[in-house]
Amino acid sequence: MVKYGEYDLAEAQAKAFVEFQRVQKSYDGEVLVVKDLSLAIPRGEFLTLLGPSGSGKTTCLMMLAGFETATHGDIILDGVSINNIAPHKRGIGMVFQNYALFPHMTVAENLAFPLEVRKFSKSERDTKVKRALEMVQMGQFGGRRPAQLSGGQQQRVALARALLTNPKLVLMDEPLGALDKQLREHMQFEIKRIANNLGITVVYVTHDQTEALTMSDRVAVFDDGRIQQLAPPDELYESPKNSFVAQFIGENNTLEGIVKEITNGVALVQLDGGGLIDCNPVNVSKAGERTRVSIRPERVEFNKERFQPGAHTLTAEVLEFIYMGDIFRTRLRVAGNDNFIVKTRNAPDQVRLVPGAKIDIGWLPSDCRALDA
Amino acid sequence: MSYTDEHRPMMTVDGTPLKKSLAIALRRQKIRALLLISPLLIFVLFTLALIFASMLFRSVENDIVSEILPETVVALSSWDAQSGELPDETVYSAFAGDIQRAAKAKDHTRVGLRLNYEKSGMASLFKKTARKAKKWDLEADAPFKNKLIETHKGWADIAVWQTLKTHSSLYTSGYFLNSIDMRKTVSGPEYQPEDRQILVTLFKRTLIISLVITMSCILLAYPVAWLLANLPMRQANLLMILVLLPFWTSLLVRTSAWKVMLQQQGVINDLLVALGMIEETGRLALINNQLGTVIAMTHILLPFMILPMYSVMQSISPTYLRAAKSLGATNWTAFWRIYFPQSVPGIGAGSILVFILSIGYYITPEIVGGNKGVFISNRIAYHIFQSMNWGLAAALGTILLVAVLILYWAYDKIVGIDNVKLGG
Repeated sequence: MVKYGEYDLAEAQAKAFVEFQRVQKSYDGEVLVVKDLSLAIPRGEFLTLLGPSGSGKTTCLMMLAGFETATHGDIILDGVSINNIAPHKRGIGMVFQNYALFPHMTVAENLAFPLEVRKFSKSERDTKVKRALEMVQMGQFGGRRPAQLSGGQQQRVALARALLTNPKLVLMDEPLGALDKQLREHMQFEIKRIANNLGITVVYVTHDQTEALTMSDRVAVFDDGRIQQLAPPDELYESPKNSFVAQFIGENNTLEGIVKEITNGVALVQLDGGGLIDCNPVNVSKAGERTRVSIRPERVEFNKERFQPGAHTLTAEVLEFIYMGDIFRTRLRVAGNDNFIVKTRNAPDQVRLVPGAKIDIGWLPSDCRALDA
Repeated sequence: MSYTDEHRPMMTVDGTPLKKSLAIALRRQKIRALLLISPLLIFVLFTLALIFASMLFRSVENDIVSEILPETVVALSSWDAQSGELPDETVYSAFAGDIQRAAKAKDHTRVGLRLNYEKSGMASLFKKTARKAKKWDLEADAPFKNKLIETHKGWADIAVWQTLKTHSSLYTSGYFLNSIDMRKTVSGPEYQPEDRQILVTLFKRTLIISLVITMSCILLAYPVAWLLANLPMRQANLLMILVLLPFWTSLLVRTSAWKVMLQQQGVINDLLVALGMIEETGRLALINNQLGTVIAMTHILLPFMILPMYSVMQSISPTYLRAAKSLGATNWTAFWRIYFPQSVPGIGAGSILVFILSIGYYITPEIVGGNKGVFISNRIAYHIFQSMNWGLAAALGTILLVAVLILYWAYDKIVGIDNVKLGG
């Protein structure tokens, strides 16, 4: 059994369990929904496909499950190309968006279904169903119809059903989308725990970035039919590779401008709204290029004592101060941008900014990323 | 504050029972709902309900004999119909008086026609007797026993008097007995002579052919409904128009078209002969028989099966099939174990619609059914328009209504009526 944290990523990647090789998909022969996708998933990984709707992430999942055929390219599962293997022979478990529990069967019958089609004996079925129900703490609900269960309970049954035949790969298509916030957070933890315990490989589709960051080993951010960035959650958040990822993951302040010069790995950017700043040149290469600069709200500093010596600072006007309990959220006008957000921790010595005040703000040049315009 | 106490009902703040205030609060809503449906309610009450009531009444009503021949009926009550002897003079003289009054009021044909349903020859017997009875002097011409027998020898036939006595009650079970090929006699109900037994056969045929039509509709409609529910919108809309197309043409036109298609010199036979599949001499009899009725009615009733099936199938998410396949089910297993059970409510709704429509169908069997393919409703029409035996027609209609209700009840017991869906 492979446990999370114990496997060697490089080694696992070398013998990828699931692999997309230059996969393309078009529904109408005119527009590519998935554009030249290559992706390797090692055994035991929890990979999330994250992206806005229409970005191609669900299509990828459906191709892997076998409900859509790739227009071009190969999908490899455990060393075998599965392009021409029928869905029911792929041995992949799947959890659907609205659970897809069969409404005319009881919970126990739903769970017995995959065993029944595999011709397990009645007694074997009963033991396995009982064990599965206990795994998701639903022991006494076997005789109920899905409609008599709450959303969270249905979710557990759907999960148990997908895992019942011990698939090596489990696909989840926005499985928590219909649950309320509290239950969703609880189930995120539960799914993660079960996946780790069983050592299964999970491909998880969601448009909820918090969910993606909390649960995944790696996240593939989809947009416009391409993977924009494939990285572990911390890397994705702290070092977005382009402005789409920076915008899509977490809250983000953007300022637009032109690169004046790049020296010693630091780009000097002339902002359109006035002001000069030092940035980390992520995907700008030469002076004169247009760029969109991205800074996380919690990395903005306005305590002058903490400014880097010699670093450029900007003047800002406080527009709004919002008390949010654990944090303070302050809206500033910076270089013509009225939506520049600063988040500060609610600590005893924290300064509460007053609307109308003029302040200086600054940040570490490494936190300020000059991305594509 | 309202409070709960085990022994007391819930109260509102000012102490009125909660149920009462709720009823007051909801009264306006209820009145508004009632007003909204009142036009339909009144319409149904005064048309459908009245028609049903009058049909039920007509099927047992029998006041003609006692209304037109009141004294005869009284006199006959003391006559023992099974004695094997003719009634005595009191009955004959009472009858002479009755028939004279009836002849003058021109009522004698009504009673003659009524009794003719039960025994042929009665209508002419009454007509002839009445013609002569008009000239009789009830005082001077007595006694009437021999005079009546002289007028028509029918009056010496015990069976005539037995018929009169048997059907003189105000209400009768006679029409219902007739409906199931039996008749009322002085010695109780007995079967009609074999050459008059036709209605039970017709009932059976109506039920069996309706079942066959329902089954063939299910078989033909299921794939179409599935396509409708699963094709992309544009194609589905086109297909839907094709399904509804028959509704745009008159029923009579469509049925007549089938006559052209199916007859021995018709399109289908010509085609089969041209293709060499059948001999010129062996042209198939596709019409004026039960096959013709089944073919034409299946076509005509098909939309009533497709539409409820479609609306149910449309509400079945394709995810269920995908889920079943991801759990290892083959296409067939996924369909049969997962999709089909969920589509049963549509089949049920369609079947009830088609079966109930077909059991009472009239025009199509009349045109393409010939002798062997007509339904009970064609017989009902015959009794209404030709033999004028409305009592029997009403009894047949009532039996048909009860049969449908029983089937509906049975369906409810077996499948459950909440399993019938006309929409998602």
